[in-house]
Amino acid sequence: MSEDHQIIVTVNGQKYQRHVEPRLLLSDFLRHHLSLTGTHVGCEQGVCGSCTILLEGEPVRSCLLFAVQADGRNLTTVEGLSDHNGTEAGRMHPLQEAFWEAHGLQCGFCTPGFLMSLLPFLEENPSPSEQEVREAISGNLCRCTGYQHIVDAVMLAAGNMIAKDGSEES
Amino acid sequence: MKPAPFKYTSPSTITAALDLLAENAYDAKLLAGGQSLIPAMNFRLTQPAMLIDLNRLDKLDYVRVANNNTVQIGAMTRQRTLERNQLIRDMLPLMSETLPFIAHSQIRNRGTIGGSLAHADPAAELPAILVALQGRLRLRNRMRERWVPAEAFFKGIFTTDLAPDEIIVEVEFPSISKGDGWSFLEFSRRKGDYALMGVAALLTVDSQGVCRSARLVYLNSGEVPTVASLATGLLEGEKPSGILFEAVARVAASDVIAPTANIHASVPYLRHLAYSLTKRALEVAHSRALASVET
Repeated sequence: MSEDHQIIVTVNGQKYQRHVEPRLLLSDFLRHHLSLTGTHVGCEQGVCGSCTILLEGEPVRSCLLFAVQADGRNLTTVEGLSDHNGTEAGRMHPLQEAFWEAHGLQCGFCTPGFLMSLLPFLEENPSPSEQEVREAISGNLCRCTGYQHIVDAVMLAAGNMIAKDGSEES
Repeated sequence: MKPAPFKYTSPSTITAALDLLAENAYDAKLLAGGQSLIPAMNFRLTQPAMLIDLNRLDKLDYVRVANNNTVQIGAMTRQRTLERNQLIRDMLPLMSETLPFIAHSQIRNRGTIGGSLAHADPAAELPAILVALQGRLRLRNRMRERWVPAEAFFKGIFTTDLAPDEIIVEVEFPSISKGDGWSFLEFSRRKGDYALMGVAALLTVDSQGVCRSARLVYLNSGEVPTVASLATGLLEGEKPSGILFEAVARVAASDVIAPTANIHASVPYLRHLAYSLTKRALEVAHSRALASVET
């Protein structure tokens, strides 16, 4: 059998030290070893996008990485979006608010992956066109919404986030 | 856990990686971006005894210009990095145009140029681009290094000239020059899926608008990227026109490529796709070539 490796990863700002078998997928590590079950596992072959997380700020499929590869890296999962402090529910991220507001989810299984793909996208493109939004979500599958409400949610989020930034600056 | 057990190593120097590979050449698999290897391991289609993870080799992540007209890319450079690189946009516009067709941004954030070339999937875009641009690869083992030209590198489906103890360290491409036009087009059932058919077109014209050279390379049209020189021979020395492009596309689609039917597409349909894509790609490449001699 393969030996365990000790890894230290930072997830949503918190450091974790664990022993892992090399074949443990990062998605399973987050869910089963760190109990961060917000990251969902769909296809485990890189197609559906529901396990998307941020690795050093860039969206990646956590089912196509081994946990051992994340040693020394910074990860962000959907749990890192809202500003809750671990004991009480905090405010949702404006992107999450917009998904709620615009019916951007039904069953919600795919939603964490969508959010984690969209977060860096909106940072790079604060006022995207609808076409750009569709391109940005092309790597995430949703079987409920038909995507229209997700696109609406992103457009709403973009508008709200710009308005918020503007009001904070003034 | 889905993948079978394996031993994991992550060398921090190329020398250490080459030593590990030399000692375990028949048991070890190199892990680059892992966007094809890890799905295959998740399905247990492949069960390597050892993985040599190249992701700590930061020295293989670069884009640089050599001799003013050659672009050298480190094998571990991510596809997404290349997509955002201005140098690539200016000197290898064909590659820039092609990169967004590779899967999705989340995959391109991990996928590397060296990994894609070593994997040699007949449906992949980068092997076709390497062959279209007539680039070459620098391969190293513990003892020596050697250069292999693109067309000699691809041997068959998932099969390359790489020896079991060799690593791709660099890929080199000649830069675009005046008179060159380019285009890449592919058709897939959904955005980001493997393409059913794809073509890279390059066309060079002189100041009189006469075609000096042309190149068409197809993906998913045989075991390796397919070069349609029989078809592009019709263009050389001629002033290109729509009728000529149709003739070239017909020859390439019916006489050169050898696509295989799959559950989504019959051979006649794939040939029809190749014909349509070729005609459009040649038109785009031609107009870009003309624009470059006019300026």
